[in-house]
Amino acid sequence: MYDNESERNYLNTPRGWKSWLFTLDHKRIGLMYLIAMGAAFLLGGILATLVRLELLTPGRDIMGAETYNQIFTLHGAVMIFLFIIPSIPAALGNFILPQMLGAKDVAFPRLNLASWYIFVAGSLFAVYSIWTSAVDTGWTFYTPYSTDSTKSVISMTLGVFILGFSSIFTGLNFIVTIHKLRLPGQKWFELPLFVWGLYATAIIQVLATPVLSITLVLLIIEKAGGVGIFDPAMGGDPVLFQHFFWFYSHPAVYIMILPGMGIISEVISVFSRKKIFGYKAIAFSSIAIAFIGFLVWGHHMFVSTQSPLAAVIFSFLTFMNAIPSGVKIFNWMATMYKGHIKLETPMLYAFSFLFLFTIGGLTGIFLGVIATDIHLHNTYFVVAHFHYVMVGGTVMAFLAGIHYWWPKMFGKMYSEFWARIACLIIFIGFNFTFFTQFILGTKGMPRRYYTYLDQYQPLHAFSSVGSWILGLGFIIMAIYLIHSLVKGEKAGRNPWGALTLEWTSPIPPPPENFDKDPVLNHGPYDYDKVVMERDIDKVKMGSVS
Amino acid sequence: MDTTGNIFLPSGQSTIAGEVDALFSFLFWASMILFAIVMGGVGYFIWRYRHRGRETVTSGKAHSTALEFTWTAIPIIMVLVVFFWGFNVYMKMQVVPKDALQIKVTGQKWFWSFDYPHGAATVNELVIPAGKSVKLLMSSKDVIHSFFVPSFRIKMDVVPNRYSVTWFEAMNPGNYDLLCTEFCGKGHSEMIGLVKVVSEREYNEWVETSASLGEGLSLAEYGAQLYKSKACITCHSLDGTALVGPSFKDDFGTMRVLTGGQSVRIDENYIRESILNPQAKVAAGYDPVMPTYQGILKDRQIDALVEYIKSLGKNGAADEAE
Repeated sequence: MYDNESERNYLNTPRGWKSWLFTLDHKRIGLMYLIAMGAAFLLGGILATLVRLELLTPGRDIMGAETYNQIFTLHGAVMIFLFIIPSIPAALGNFILPQMLGAKDVAFPRLNLASWYIFVAGSLFAVYSIWTSAVDTGWTFYTPYSTDSTKSVISMTLGVFILGFSSIFTGLNFIVTIHKLRLPGQKWFELPLFVWGLYATAIIQVLATPVLSITLVLLIIEKAGGVGIFDPAMGGDPVLFQHFFWFYSHPAVYIMILPGMGIISEVISVFSRKKIFGYKAIAFSSIAIAFIGFLVWGHHMFVSTQSPLAAVIFSFLTFMNAIPSGVKIFNWMATMYKGHIKLETPMLYAFSFLFLFTIGGLTGIFLGVIATDIHLHNTYFVVAHFHYVMVGGTVMAFLAGIHYWWPKMFGKMYSEFWARIACLIIFIGFNFTFFTQFILGTKGMPRRYYTYLDQYQPLHAFSSVGSWILGLGFIIMAIYLIHSLVKGEKAGRNPWGALTLEWTSPIPPPPENFDKDPVLNHGPYDYDKVVMERDIDKVKMGSVS
Repeated sequence: MDTTGNIFLPSGQSTIAGEVDALFSFLFWASMILFAIVMGGVGYFIWRYRHRGRETVTSGKAHSTALEFTWTAIPIIMVLVVFFWGFNVYMKMQVVPKDALQIKVTGQKWFWSFDYPHGAATVNELVIPAGKSVKLLMSSKDVIHSFFVPSFRIKMDVVPNRYSVTWFEAMNPGNYDLLCTEFCGKGHSEMIGLVKVVSEREYNEWVETSASLGEGLSLAEYGAQLYKSKACITCHSLDGTALVGPSFKDDFGTMRVLTGGQSVRIDENYIRESILNPQAKVAAGYDPVMPTYQGILKDRQIDALVEYIKSLGKNGAADEAE
């Protein structure tokens, strides 16, 4: 069928749109996730720039109060539930995990495809219902506002409920895959750290997501059946909803960040040509974060009227959970020590991650200390903090991963020059947009305000301009990535000289992942024993090398 | 107040603010130092160990129990210090002094009302004496709100069907912003009040006059005061702009189209009904969101507002009143 066997790959075998819609190939499903998420990110990003545009001046700019409230709700819900939660595990994890293990596919390929369909159905349902029924509760759906609201939140929460199943399916699939489909002889402590990150994430997905689903079902029962659960008018307790909600949503931030930390471990080791420092500490800290992460939800509720004793205990546990993240940062630093560091695009994003995530982590301390949190809670300080962690952390790691595995996915190289330019613009734009928000927050600017007092205007204007710079960076990225698919240089088999298994197969890989049986000759980070030639040095790069 | 006070925090005006700010400053400088160490280290390594020449194996240890123990233990000690420091300040914020002046706070869409022990009631303006501790007993009539005064460093959620408590002692006379920090709908960002801190003597004077229901003023003049102090101003403009509710300008005596399609003449009885039972006849094009003022306004106050709105009508003396 093919003149040259090497041209047969998962992208062109088999052909036809049906072969994509009914595919059981984890690589294709990963790619389909990537496309769905790209669309969600684009939508969420457009909404974000609209929010920033409205906040340019204190009064009304481009929309009314109700529209504004709906837009920030949609921005939050789309970015959290449709983009950040599934981004790394479902898209990159799906694509890479079996290849890192030397497996042909995930353990349950049909479940995997089902999770994609559920994801798409849930996404469309959620976006459609927010759009048409004009939900304006914020992505947190706090009661009794959400149950009082004349707008229907039922269909919206039903959408999130459906999405939860997609998340559980992926988590379950990954746990079994990692346990059962490792290459014979591949020991737990010889797994790439990205696999550990995905494993810890999968545990949270399977254990925490049902709680959100149950909460949303209770909300639907209350709203549709008039049973008082959260609504005080019917004898319910509104603060109970917050407990349930954060019992899922706090562990969920670790669903968002843990796989990102896994990518950073891969990238820093590969681009420093250095064995990862403290492998076991990094692996175990992921697991520790996953478990302690279940016990800190109350730190979102220090001023919610929960008991002061509970608040103090949650504060203490929050600090204990900060330690493993700090340990990882020191480990990554030590990995770079005496390495051979190349600042190519994936590494630039890893550097951005270190910079921004460290700020995100340190500002988290301000929020963990109850005495300072009381002033900062629900102000722009919190907005800035979680954007530093989620965008500065997860999205930067996601972009590092995209640029790192791009040649693996498509067999093409992007323009290194433009990739570096875009990374720089995104880094500058991000700090412009969000660092100002720390100051807004400490000065007392509350979040979710449509209009604001005049004294906050200069900082708001600054932040809005930053969002345009940030948007420009992403536009450039979209252009060079699409360009690379059409006209990019053909990539070599192992462009970065990495030691993990996925780089031993052809690029892009054949449907069954490997052309010959994968063999483990060395550990994933044995740069002290092995020199792997970088194919990228043999290929002509952009104008910067 | 302190070194970061000017860049980050608004000037602290309550007795607890100084302690919160001291902790904030410590966290700020400790974070700056840690950040400088980490990013300085990363930056230095990137420069010092940048790739040069041919690919070779890299040496160096990939594990060191002593080092890893150190960089786990030191952060643990540091967070324990901040935890106990924060705990200590938090306890002071929790324990209300026994002699505190208690004021009942009610939050509802989208204004604050305050009930004083001597019987006075205000809306969106909390008048308190400087140098005296004030205990706020708070609850909400509808959804969750949150009571936040940045200058005092206090914040507490205001929840329906439950009382919450916070307290503070303002140090200096002045006006301080009061903000709602829990999203409560369309008028959330308009739910802004003022904490008016006055001297003990002025406070006592205010207590006497505030119970007087506008003695010595004409009804329309008193109504003009109430228009502001009872937060009508949040949703009803005087210049014809449609806010959350219809404007009062040139309103009185005209016909109003309602949501059902029928019309009603805006007269004294319509205004009275709209204040006490706002959902009964809602103007077309507006949401039925106005709360009832039953129990908040006394009869003379309703009379005063009716007269005031009347004075804003086409033939009224709108300019004089404003």
